[in-house]
Amino acid sequence: MRYDQPDQHGYFGEFGGSFVPETLVPCVQELKQAYYASRHDKKFKKELAHYLKNFAGRPTALYFAEKLSREYGFRIYLKREDLCHTGAHKINNCIGQILLAKRMGKKRIIAETGAGQHGVATATVAALFGLKCVVYMGSDDIKRQALNVFRMNLLGAEVRAVDAGSKTLKEAVNEAMRDWMANVRDTFYIIGSCIGPHPYPVMVRDFQSVIGREAKYQINIAEGKLPHTVLACVGGGSNSIGMFYPFIEDEKVGLIGVEAGGKGIRSGMHSAAIAGGRPGVLHGSLSCVMQTRDGQISSTHSVSAGLDYPGVGPEHSYLNKTGRVKYAVVDDKEAVRAFHLLSEKEGIIPALESSHAIAYLKKLRGRLSNKDVVVVCLSGRGDKDLDIVRDFLNTKPRVN
Amino acid sequence: MAGDPSLSATEKAVYELEKSGADIIEIGIPFSDSVADGPVIVNAAQKAIKRGVSAKGCIKLVSKLRKKIKTPIVFMTSFNIPFSYGIEKFLKDCSKAGVDGLILPDLPFEEAKAVSSSAKKHGIDLIFLIAPNTPDGRAKKLASLSRGFVYLISLTGVTGARKSLSLGIGENVRRIKRYSDKPVAVGFGISTPEQAKQAARHADGIIVGSAIVKKISEKKAVGNFVSSLKRAICTC
Repeated sequence: MRYDQPDQHGYFGEFGGSFVPETLVPCVQELKQAYYASRHDKKFKKELAHYLKNFAGRPTALYFAEKLSREYGFRIYLKREDLCHTGAHKINNCIGQILLAKRMGKKRIIAETGAGQHGVATATVAALFGLKCVVYMGSDDIKRQALNVFRMNLLGAEVRAVDAGSKTLKEAVNEAMRDWMANVRDTFYIIGSCIGPHPYPVMVRDFQSVIGREAKYQINIAEGKLPHTVLACVGGGSNSIGMFYPFIEDEKVGLIGVEAGGKGIRSGMHSAAIAGGRPGVLHGSLSCVMQTRDGQISSTHSVSAGLDYPGVGPEHSYLNKTGRVKYAVVDDKEAVRAFHLLSEKEGIIPALESSHAIAYLKKLRGRLSNKDVVVVCLSGRGDKDLDIVRDFLNTKPRVN
Repeated sequence: MAGDPSLSATEKAVYELEKSGADIIEIGIPFSDSVADGPVIVNAAQKAIKRGVSAKGCIKLVSKLRKKIKTPIVFMTSFNIPFSYGIEKFLKDCSKAGVDGLILPDLPFEEAKAVSSSAKKHGIDLIFLIAPNTPDGRAKKLASLSRGFVYLISLTGVTGARKSLSLGIGENVRRIKRYSDKPVAVGFGISTPEQAKQAARHADGIIVGSAIVKKISEKKAVGNFVSSLKRAICTC
């Protein structure tokens, strides 16, 4: 079946739209025009392809994980977004958006960040193009992702701590939007996930869908067929939508998004907006949101800062509703176990975000044949998470 | 902001506001993540939410207020609050309680169909905002859709006090007046009688939010402050 979401108003079925203060309406409209004028423009596409290849290091490898495959009894491939410049898929979107910012003549870049990966990627492209860059980051995230703060500083970006509310990604987005409202004329807001008002969800999806396009091509060469299942973690949902989108019309390919279960859905301390939320409006779009009975946005928890967000991109809410994508939950402990497993078995230290997708492989054991192929989006590398994992298990470096 | 420091403090403040000459009283229903608001209102909302203040509680408060005051009451909140409550039910309950108008700063008119029709049905004025950077065609449309009055945002940015008033208010008021004969009230960034006086030279009304929320939050009386604002804008 042909898939042609969203409509011209940015709706994926009933989800999406553009819910922003009047001051931002002209900004999102300007962005929408610029994006739709550029997305099929030859020069823009050429420029984008150039930087993706020569700066970000694309295409990234699709790696056959032999030992993991043996362990689980089906053929596992990892889409190595961790090998992208800056260590995660975030750079794909940042290159696209900053090229757009340049076209629009914007002089100043702002961004929010959770784990710091999007902040680092934004600071990187801002340095590349010589634009001023301010990154908003929750003060709790600043503590747990200190290394990435230092990386942003090195790249010349100003990191502004956000001390409100749960002091994580949600508050960072609030502050970035407030900054944008005050600086509408010269500022471009690079949102890091497929959230926010139209056109962000569709734009971020398009820039990230290079992941799925490459993976589809690569798996065809490696296996001569499409995968049985594609797995990716879902916070806001940018790596997953980028991975899934090129497979949506291939109805035989199972798509599974893995949300962060934190300390368990029942505990309420999680970040699984689809499993534990209901429709609501947060940060400019209508989607599944974790909220109280009164409509207040809930505070969230995940061991992974990049998934620690109460909302999810509207396209995911739509794909969940239509059933095209199945959404599952993996908790903190399972994710940390997968973090260790991949490190030990394959020599790849995954980001805690991506570890959620890896952890789901265990749940497929026994349900697939040894010829079935599963592709996992390894959205980022885990260096930034070493302190968290050490604290989580209370382990000390081992020296014998 | 309803419920900061407590709902009874809000109730008392409203009586005081009416006595001091407020023409319309705007009551905020707290929302955890209002992107249009600056630190004062954000903090007040956080405190109110911690106390368990909900839309239901705010509507109840208005029913109580209505028995004693005549001044029009307008609710201001983020769209998720009525959306979560149920749009039709929210407007129906507001109407029953005696709410006169509703301002939803994060709801552009393109997304407002359901709210508009329910508001109309229940006799509540849905008030739209116009920003300094709103293009002419759009401003015209907003002015025609807005009920009761037109809310002109004085500056690009969030709510809260500023040292000086933004330039261009006069021009923006005149531009709205060209296509609408509805009253124009200016808000955002007005916190002193001097600023109120300046803004009132052009506009039909001024809206003071954060400065009053701050006083109530700090358990200070607002009567004298509002009287001084009123004196400053009075041409008589």
